[in-house]
Amino acid sequence: MKTIKDEKRGRKPGYGISRKTLFSAAASAFAKLDPRVEIRNPVMFVVWVASVLCTVVAAAQWIGGSPPDSFVSQVIAWLWFTLVFANFAEGIAEAQGKARADSLRSMRNAITAHLLAADGRIKEVRSSELRRGDLVACEAGDLIPGDGEVVEGVASVDESAITGESAPVIREAGGDRSGVTGGTRVISDRIVIRITADPGEGFVDKMILMVENATRQKTPGEIALTILLASLTMIFLIAVVTLYPFSQYIANESKTPNVLTILKLVTLLVCLIPTTIGGLLSAIGISGVSRLMRKNVMALSGRAIEAAGDIDVLLLDKTGTITHGNRMATELVAIAGVAREELATAALAASLADQTPEGKSIVALVRSSGAAVAGLEDGGSFVPFSASTRMSGIDFPGADGRADPNRAIRKGAMAAVREVVEGRGGKVPAEAMAASERIARTGGTPLTVSVGNRVLGIIHLKDVVKQGIRERFVGLHAMGIRTVMITGDNRLTAAAIAAESGVSDFIAEARPECKLEAIRKEQAAGHLVGMIGDGTNDAPALAQADVGVAMASGTQTAREAGNMIDFDNDPAKVIDVVEVGKQLLITRGSLTTFSIANDVAKYFAILPAVFSGFYAAGGKSPLAALNIMGLATSESAILSAVVFNALIIIALIPLALRGVKLNPKAGASRILRRNLLVYGLGGLIVPFVGIKLIDMLLRALGLA
Amino acid sequence: MKPQDFFEIAIVAAVSLAAAPFLAAYMARVYAGERHPLGFLAPAERAFYRVIGIDAGQEMGWKRYALSLLSFSLVSIGLLFAILVGQAYLPLNPQKFSGMSWQLALNTAVSFVTNTNWQAYSGEASLSYFSQSVGLAVQNFLSAAAGMSVAVAVIRALGARAKDRADEEGGDQSRHTPPFGNFWVDMTRSVLYILLPLSVIVALILVSQGVVQSVSSYVPALSLEGRADLIPLGPAASQVAIKHLGTNGGGFFGPNSAFPFENPTPLSNLVELISQILIPFAFPLLFGRMVGRRREGRVIFSVMFILLAILVWSSVASEISWGSLEGKELRFGKSDSALFAVLTTITSCGAVNSMHDSFSPLGGMIPMIDIMLGEVVFGGVGSGMYGMLALVLITVFIAGLMVGRSPEYLGKKIEAREVQLAMLAIIAPNFIILGFSALAIALPIGLAGLANRGPHGLSEILYAYSSGAGNNGSAFAGLSVNTSFYNLTIGADMLIGRFGVMVPMLAVAGSLAAKRLVASGAGSFKTDTGSFGVLLFSVVVIIAGLTHFPALTLGPILDHFLMTMGVAL
Repeated sequence: MKTIKDEKRGRKPGYGISRKTLFSAAASAFAKLDPRVEIRNPVMFVVWVASVLCTVVAAAQWIGGSPPDSFVSQVIAWLWFTLVFANFAEGIAEAQGKARADSLRSMRNAITAHLLAADGRIKEVRSSELRRGDLVACEAGDLIPGDGEVVEGVASVDESAITGESAPVIREAGGDRSGVTGGTRVISDRIVIRITADPGEGFVDKMILMVENATRQKTPGEIALTILLASLTMIFLIAVVTLYPFSQYIANESKTPNVLTILKLVTLLVCLIPTTIGGLLSAIGISGVSRLMRKNVMALSGRAIEAAGDIDVLLLDKTGTITHGNRMATELVAIAGVAREELATAALAASLADQTPEGKSIVALVRSSGAAVAGLEDGGSFVPFSASTRMSGIDFPGADGRADPNRAIRKGAMAAVREVVEGRGGKVPAEAMAASERIARTGGTPLTVSVGNRVLGIIHLKDVVKQGIRERFVGLHAMGIRTVMITGDNRLTAAAIAAESGVSDFIAEARPECKLEAIRKEQAAGHLVGMIGDGTNDAPALAQADVGVAMASGTQTAREAGNMIDFDNDPAKVIDVVEVGKQLLITRGSLTTFSIANDVAKYFAILPAVFSGFYAAGGKSPLAALNIMGLATSESAILSAVVFNALIIIALIPLALRGVKLNPKAGASRILRRNLLVYGLGGLIVPFVGIKLIDMLLRALGLA
Repeated sequence: MKPQDFFEIAIVAAVSLAAAPFLAAYMARVYAGERHPLGFLAPAERAFYRVIGIDAGQEMGWKRYALSLLSFSLVSIGLLFAILVGQAYLPLNPQKFSGMSWQLALNTAVSFVTNTNWQAYSGEASLSYFSQSVGLAVQNFLSAAAGMSVAVAVIRALGARAKDRADEEGGDQSRHTPPFGNFWVDMTRSVLYILLPLSVIVALILVSQGVVQSVSSYVPALSLEGRADLIPLGPAASQVAIKHLGTNGGGFFGPNSAFPFENPTPLSNLVELISQILIPFAFPLLFGRMVGRRREGRVIFSVMFILLAILVWSSVASEISWGSLEGKELRFGKSDSALFAVLTTITSCGAVNSMHDSFSPLGGMIPMIDIMLGEVVFGGVGSGMYGMLALVLITVFIAGLMVGRSPEYLGKKIEAREVQLAMLAIIAPNFIILGFSALAIALPIGLAGLANRGPHGLSEILYAYSSGAGNNGSAFAGLSVNTSFYNLTIGADMLIGRFGVMVPMLAVAGSLAAKRLVASGAGSFKTDTGSFGVLLFSVVVIIAGLTHFPALTLGPILDHFLMTMGVAL
C-alpha cells in the first residue's frame, strides 16, 4: 500500500497492490463463496448455483461409478474460478480501501488524552474512552485524540498524517477554521477541543464503514444496473433452458445423439449472462470510494459519489478556490520624493524573514521586478505579524545594540502604520492616504511601508487567480458543467476576476445566505449543484447542494451538513470529486457494454460446438458452418469460452479499480464515441480473438 | 435482384414516406384536441361522451388509464366470445353457420381484441356476416385504437413538462395539459378522426378494384372442372380496409390477401401494403412532435426504417435466390410476396398474400425475425411505438452511463423502476415465445399439429408463438392450430404479448411523468443524434439476437444448411 506521501512526491498514484492486500483479497475470494454472500449479486448467484449443480451431478456420477473425464473436471473447475475471480476483484478493492483506512486508524489508537473534568482538573484517559462533548486540552507536541472542534485558543497543527501536506495549519476557536481531526499533531500553543464524535463514529471510522458498506448497500445506480443485469440473466436463462427441448427434438428427428448435456447447457448459460460486469460491479463502486480517499476526500455515502458525476453546476467561493485566499503583492507605489529603490529595499528587508504568503509574494515581486536593491543590511530581527499590532517588520540594532527606532521598517495596515509613524513624530503624506484608499476601492489590500517615522509608499496586494484554474474550467465546461463564482466583492472586482479565471458566471456582493438561494434556484431549473464550503453559514447550502464537500478544517456544523469531507481543505477539490463520479459511471457503462457485446462471440463458439452433430453424415455437418472461429473440437470450443469468460474478469480488475480513462476536455459526445468504439466494438472483437487463442493454447497443452 | 423487383418497393416507400409527416402532424392535432380539418365531427364526439357519460376533461393517472384499458378489453373479449359462440342465433347468417367451439371462440376473441388477428378458423367457412362485421370488424377498430391510445398516453407522459412549468410559474397545475389524458377520449378520437376516415377512403379504393362488399348469400357456381362450388361473398371491403390500416391482419376469407376477392389487382395490393405501414410510419414522427423535439422522432424513425430496409432486402434477396413459387400467388410472384411478408410482419399486421411456410428457410426466417425483434420496427399501430420506447429507455440506460452521468431521457432520469418495467416489457413476449415453443415441441400434443418434421417443424411452432406474442397474427401455416392445446396456449400467448407490454409501459410512463426535469447541457447524453441511432439499432438487434439465435439455429438456419447440402428429410 502506497502512502499519500508517495503520491505527493510525484509518483504515479499506486494501484500497485501489496502482497498483503493480495493475500487478504485471495482469502476473502474463497470466504465469499458463502451463498449468503453470493446471493447479494444475482448474476454471480446464478453462477454459484450452476457450479454447485454441476459439481453435485459430477460427484453423483462418480459415486455411481463413472469418474468425470478431463473435460468435465476442467469445466467445473473454471466455473468455480469464475466465481472466485469475481470475489477476488471485490476483495482487492475492499482490501485497498481498508488498508488506507486502517493506517489512519492505527495512528490514532491509544492516544493519551488530557480530559478536562468538570472541576477543571485534568485527567489522563485513553482516546478510545472519550465521548461526544468531552473537553480535552492539547499542548504543543500532543496528538489530537479525536475529531472535534476548537473551543478555546489558537494553535498550529501538523495535519500531514492525514493530508500529507507538511506545512502546519492554524486552527482556532470561534472562526471557520475550528475543526480538527483525530491523529493530527499540535505543534505550537495550547487549545481546548470539544470532542464531536463517540468512539467508532469519527471520520476514519466512517471511512472504514463506507468501504465495508459499499459491498452490502447498493447505491441507486448500482440497484438499477443490477436490475438490468438480472433481467438479461433471465432472458439467457429462458433461452438456454428452452434450448434443451429444442435440441432434444432435433436429435430425435435427425436420429443423431444429443450432445447437449446439462453441463454444457450450464456452461453456455454462465458464458452468456453478464458475469464480467456482474463480477466487477461492486469492485467499481468500492474503488470509487478509494479513489476519492486517495485524493483525501471522504465520501459519506456511495450515493454522493454517483451524484457527483451528475453535477452540472458548481458553486465556487472565489477566495481559496479561484484565487489564492492569500493576497499577493502585485505593485509597489512609491510616494513622491521617495526613490522606487528605497521602497523596494525596505519592502524586501521587511519581508525576507516573513513566512506568510503575503511576505513571500513581496519578496517575489521585488526580485522579479528587477528593482535595484541597495544596501540591504544584515543582522535585523524580524518582528512577526500579530493580531494586536496588525503589522510586521524588521528592527535593526543601533549603536547601543538595542533596536533603533529610526531604522525600524514596518509594513501593515494604514491605520496601524500611521500610529507608529505619528508616534515617532512623523506624518503620513496625503498622497499616501489617497493611494491607499484607491487600492482599497478596487478590492485590493494596501500595505503601507514605513522606515522610522517616514512613510515610503504602499504595497498593492490583491487576489491573484490560481494557476491552472482556467484550464480546469475549460475541462469542466466541456463536460457540460457550469461554474458559478460566489464572492462578497463588488461587481467590478468580481467581473474582473471572472474574466481572468474563465468562470462561466458569478454572483457578486453575495451575502452568506446567497449560496442557499443560488443553489435552490439552480435546482428548481433542473440542475444538480455541487459546492464546497467550510463556514457555519455554509452549512445550509452544503446540506441543500446535491454534492456538498465540507473542508475538514471547517466548523462542525459545516462538516455535518456536507456529504463529503476534504482533508486537504482545498476548495478546488470539488472538481476532482466530479471527475471521480463521472469516471465511476463511465466505467460501469463501458463494462456493461463490453459484457453484452462479448456474448456474440460466445454464441459462435458454443452453439456450433453443441449442434454440429445434428444431421452430420459422411463427415459433413450442416451447422459446422457456424464455427467461424475454426475451433478445434466441440469440447475445446466450450472450454475456451468458459476459460475466456473467467479470465476476462481478472484481466479487467485493474480497469475496474482504476476506472476508464476520462478526458475531461473531450465533451460528452466524444467521450461516448470513444467508449463505444473501445468497449462496444472492442467487446465484439476481443472474445473472438481471445477464445481462438485459448483454443489453440488448450490444444497445444493437450488439455482439450 | 432485377430493377423491376425494386419498382413496387420504391412506390410503397415513396408514398408512405411522403404521407407519414402529414399524417403525424394531423394526428398530433387530433390527440391534443386542437383544431383540425375534421373538426366538424366534434359535435358527434361530444354527443358520444354525453351518451357514455364521460367527462372528456378529466385526467387519468397511469393506473386508471391501465385499468380502463384492461376492463374495456375484458368486456370486448366477453362480447366477442358471446357473438362467436352464439352466431347461430344471431342475424345476418345466410349460410346458417353454427357457433364456434368455446376454445376456438376464446382464442379468436382474444386474438381480435389484442390486435393479433390470429385465425385458427377460416372466415368464409365458419363465420356469419354478423360475426364478421359486428364482432370482428368492430374489434379491428377498437383494438387498433387501444394500441394507439396507449402509445399516445406514454408519449404524453414522456413529454410532460406541464408540472415543471406550473412549478416555475407557481401557477395552478390543473390549467396545464394533463400528462396522461383520458383513455375514453383517446379511443374515441383514434377511431373517429383517424381510423374511420382512412378506412372509408381505403375501402372505396378496394371496392373500385373489385373487393366484394355484399350481404347476400354465397353464389353457387359450376367450376371449370365441373365441380359444384360455392362462391363466398360478404361485407369484405370495409373489413379489409381496417384490417390493414389497424395492422390487424385478420382476413375476411381464409387465404387472406392471397384471395382475389380480398386483393384482386396490383393496385389493391399496393393500397393494402401502404395502408398497413402508414400509421406505424407516422408514429415516431408523432412522438417527436408530441414531446416537442422532432429530431428525437426522426432518429427513431430512421433506425426503424434502416432495419426495415435491411429486412426487405434480405427477404426479397433470399426468396429470389432460394425461393420457389409454391405457396405464392403467381399474380404477385417472388419479390412482391417477400415484400408483403416483411411489411405484414414488421407492422404486426399479419395479413398475408403468400404462405410463409413455403418460403425458403432463410426467407421464412426473416418474417420470424421481424416479429422476434419485438414488433418494434414500426410495429403495430401504437404498439410499435411503445415497444420501441422500452428499448430506447434501455439503450439510454446502458449508453447514458458511458458519458459519465446518470442516464436520462428527454430530461427525465432513468432509474431502477424504469429499468425494471422496461425490461419486463421487453422480456414478457420473448419469455412466452420460447417457453410455449419449448412446451409444444416437448409434448406429443404439440408435435401432433406439425405438417413438416425436422427443423422446419420447429420453425412452424416458433413462428406460431412469435406471431401470437408479437400480436402479429400471421401464420407460417403448416401447423394445425385449431386444437385445444394450441387455441389455449396461443390465446395466453397473445394476452401476455399484448398486456404484458402495455401495462409495464403505462407504468413506466406514469413514473416518468411525475419526474422533475433535469436540465440538459453539454454533458448530457444526446438522444437526437446519429450515434444514438447506431446504439439503438445495436440494442434492438442484440437483444433479439441474443434471445432467439439459439432457437433459430436449430430451426431455419439448420433448415437452410440442410437445403444447401442437399439433404432430403
